[in-house]
Order: sequence, then structure tokens, then C-alpha cells
Amino acid sequence: MSTAPTVEARAVCKRYGRHEAVRGVDLTLHPGECVALVGHNGAGKSSLIKLMLGLTHPTGGSLHVLGQDPAGPQAARIRRQVGFLPENVAFHPGMTGLECLDFYARLKGLPTAGNRDLLERVGLGREAAGKRIGTYSKGMRQRLGLSQALLGAPRLLFLDEPTTGLDPALRQSFYAIVRELRDGGATVLLCSHALTELEGQADRVVVMNRGRKVAEGCLATLRQLADLPVRLRVRPVDGTQAGTLCALYGIPAQDGPVVALSCSGADKLPLLRHLLESGIPLEDLEVVQPSLDDIYAHFLAREDAA
Amino acid sequence: MSTILTIAAKEVRDGLRNRWVAATTLLMAALALTLTFLGAAPTGTVGVGQVEVTIVSLSSLTIFLLPLLALLLSFDAIVGEIDRGTMLLLLSYPVARWQALLGKFLGHLAIIAFATLCGYGCAGAALWATVPAIGPQSWAAFAAMLGSSVLLGGVFVSLGYLASTLVRDRGTAAGIAVALWLVFVLLYDMGLLGLLVATQGQGLGTGLLNALLLANPADAYRLFNLAGFAEVGRYAGMAGLAAHGTLAPGLLLLALAGWLLLPLGLSALILSRRQI
Repeated sequence: MSTAPTVEARAVCKRYGRHEAVRGVDLTLHPGECVALVGHNGAGKSSLIKLMLGLTHPTGGSLHVLGQDPAGPQAARIRRQVGFLPENVAFHPGMTGLECLDFYARLKGLPTAGNRDLLERVGLGREAAGKRIGTYSKGMRQRLGLSQALLGAPRLLFLDEPTTGLDPALRQSFYAIVRELRDGGATVLLCSHALTELEGQADRVVVMNRGRKVAEGCLATLRQLADLPVRLRVRPVDGTQAGTLCALYGIPAQDGPVVALSCSGADKLPLLRHLLESGIPLEDLEVVQPSLDDIYAHFLAREDAA
Repeated sequence: MSTILTIAAKEVRDGLRNRWVAATTLLMAALALTLTFLGAAPTGTVGVGQVEVTIVSLSSLTIFLLPLLALLLSFDAIVGEIDRGTMLLLLSYPVARWQALLGKFLGHLAIIAFATLCGYGCAGAALWATVPAIGPQSWAAFAAMLGSSVLLGGVFVSLGYLASTLVRDRGTAAGIAVALWLVFVLLYDMGLLGLLVATQGQGLGTGLLNALLLANPADAYRLFNLAGFAEVGRYAGMAGLAAHGTLAPGLLLLALAGWLLLPLGLSALILSRRQI
């Protein structure tokens, strides 16, 4: 298996008229890696994917996909090895699921023999495969979309908002397929507006805002970079001692028996030790780590302030 | 090549599924048969020149009906796919934009050709069964009418594609399609006639008139069928024009082919530059 990067972008820019959709993005994707691209609508994720698919030309910087210019003369060869699931995927409603998949397989120059199994794999059984797409639910269309992206065992997969319309069980099986592909050496790029869902799925996260890359790293690194406060929720055995606790940490008195404290990630353990050694008997103690959405919001807020 | 054929085959299947093919074929067959038997009335039971009369009727029908069907079929072809997002997915496959365009065009042309050949073929079969002794000359004229009708359909599919690639909105594309039909099928000839009447036939030289007739595919088609064959011309009242013979049938076919290729090439060019 080759270890050369599947995607290499250097200071890539894309301008549509006056609107700068992508501004100076550096991105390197490797085989066997699942990377999440996170950002609001209009953050430049879809524009970046279109560039990598060779559907548009960059207005600045350089971009190589599987070692070649995706919009160059080698485009057809590259696209045979790329799978793409667009956001809000649409199909021709008059075709059945199987006919549709056969159509796309032919376009990639693939035999159509294994298509029934492929549909089975994404959860579209024999009965559903023979029905017209016009009768499909959103989740079924999404699964059909995934199956067409998986045609021909692609080395590079772009999945734009792949789990919209999927129920939690399907979402799990969807991510199982993604993991399997990644372990097989494919590069998977997942696009999403929500980070929470990607916890445990993505090896690396790239946060985009207004066409710029604002943060990159694995989730632990992003946590560290954001350095958001950890919150502690403490409930003393004797409710009247809540005030004592507030006074101890120099915070204004709070209503109710629960005291909310916050500290930086590095101070978390010393604070816990201090709390336990303070002599005030505690009934319950809850540590609330910043959620992925908090971290995401932090990076976007920082960018907006800059 | 297989990419283009795959896309064309899909287009044909869509046409079969949404009953487009069935509806247009039935419509054309019904109208063609009606015209054939109504057209037989003036010639009486002897049936002299019945094929020629049918050709005159059918080609008049074609000029109105076929451009309309072709435009209805094609105006949504590109703008609709971009709008629904299916074009984005299609182009992420190893498919060049011109291949997508040409594949869809061939599919739509095949639908038009099927409807025309089957629909008008019914009329031909009816003639063969009821009229004794039809000469090879007549059959040649009938075959030429069939072929040129498909070509005219192709011209308007091509024009519909141009409308479909030019605009960003399906409604606008539909509006342009209607306008194209009105101009080429109705208004152009009215204008030309008005000009000839106003100038008492003196204002336009033969050269200019010929150029103006070639500049409208519907007129080129009309001349090809009504004046191109001497026998047909007699029944169409075009004998005088045919005798002049200023526009050779080959030239008229060439004009039609140009009208098919030019808009198609132009829409391929526009599509290649368009943001998807």
C-alpha cells in the first residue's frame, strides 16, 4: 500500500466572482485516515470538495489528488478511484435502486454483478433494491447514495453530511462501514456541521470558517488548543455548606444545593484534591468536560473576533 | 463511447418510465392516421397521389408538433439536472461535461426518432395496406419525410439544450423554449410573408429570400419536403417554387444539420465553463 498523500493542497484559493469561498487552505490527507471537515454552511467545505473532485479549478495555490491535478487531463483516471456522496443526494426518481447503482457502475467501467450485495451491505435489501427511488425515504436515498460512493472500492471517499436522515442504528452501521474502508487503506473525508457526532469516528478534525482553515488536529489536540474551562458540579452532604464552598473559592453565592466551579484543564486535578481535602463532606461530584460543540464554537468565535 | 451510450440508454429508459415515449408515439400515430384518411378524401377512391397528399399533411403536422415535443423534452435536460443536484454527482464520475451533454442528447433524439418513425410508420403501413400500387418514387419521398422529420426534431432538441444550459432557472428555460417555438414555427413565416406582401414581392432578391428561408430550420424542412420532390410539390402548390430549384435538397439538409450541430456545440461550450 502506497503511503504517499492522497490529497495535497497548498494555499488553495477559490473565488466565485467577488466571493472568496476557499482562502489559502493547506490540507494533506493520507491513506488509511478518516478526517472530519467541520464548519458552518458556507464555510467552504463543499467548495473544497468540488475542487478536490476537479469540478472547479482553484484560483490560487496548488492541489494534487492521488498525485495528479484533479481537473487536468488525468481527471477520468482519478475519478475512477474516488467516491463522492453529495449533501442532499438526489437520484432520478423513475429508476429502481438497483438500476441506479448499475448505471453508476457502468459509468465507472465496473461490472454490475456485485451491486445487489453492495446494496445489501448498506442496508437496502432485495425488496428495496427493486423499488423506484421515488418511493424511497430520506434514509433509504442516503444509503443508496453511500452505496454509489462505495462502487469500485475507492481509494478516496468524500462524504458530505453523510448521516443526515439516518436513525441512530443506521448511523452506527454507517460508521462501521467507514471504519472498515479506512482500515482497508482508503482515505475518508467526512464533512459535517456538527462535531459531537464525529467523536470516536475521525482520526483528525479540520475546522473551517469563512473559507479559512482555523484549526486542525485530533480531538485531544483541539481540546488542548482551545483550553476551555472544565466545569465541576459539587453537591455537599449538608446543603447549608454550599455557601461555605462558594466563600472558599471566592465565587458569588449560588442558589440551591449544587455549587458550579470551573477551572482550566491543567488545574482540574489540584482543584479536585483540594475539594476532597477541604473537610466538607460531599454527596456528589460531577466533572463536565467541554463538549466538542463547545470547542468548535470556541474556534469559530476566536476567528470571528480576529 | 460507452459512457455516452450509458447516459443515452438511461435517458431512453427515463422516457419509457415516465410514459413520454408511449404518449408521444400514440399522439403522433393518432394524428398521422387521422390525416392520412382525411387526406384521402379529396383524391377519391382512385387514390392517385395519395402518398404525396399524406406527405404534405404529415410534414405540415410535423412543423407544428415535432418542435414542440422536442422542446418540451429538452428544455429541462441540463438546468433541471443541475437544479436537482444529479449533475453534480454525474460529473464526479469519470464523465466529461460534453459526454454528459451528448449522451443525454442522443437519448432524447432516440425518443423523438422512435415516436416519429413509429407514429408516421403507422400512416405508411395504412397506406401500404389500402392503396394499390405505390411507386418507388412515392416511397422515397415518404422515407425522406420521415428522415428529415427526425432531423427537425433533433434541431429543436438541440435548441432546447442551448436554452437549458444558458439559464439558471427552469422556469426561464421553459419560457425560452416557448419563445423559440413561437418564433420559428409561427412568427418568422408571418413576418416573412408580411415583408413579401408589403414590398409586393419586389423587396427581397432571390438570394436574400433563400438565405432567410435557410435561417429558419422549420422553413428549410418545409421546402425540403414540399418542394424537394416534384410530385409532392404539385400537391403542395409549391410546383412553381420547386421548378425554380434555387435551393437544392442537399443544401436544405445541410442547413438542418447545421441547425442541429451549432446549438449543441454552443451548449457544450457553455456547459464546460459553467459553475456546477
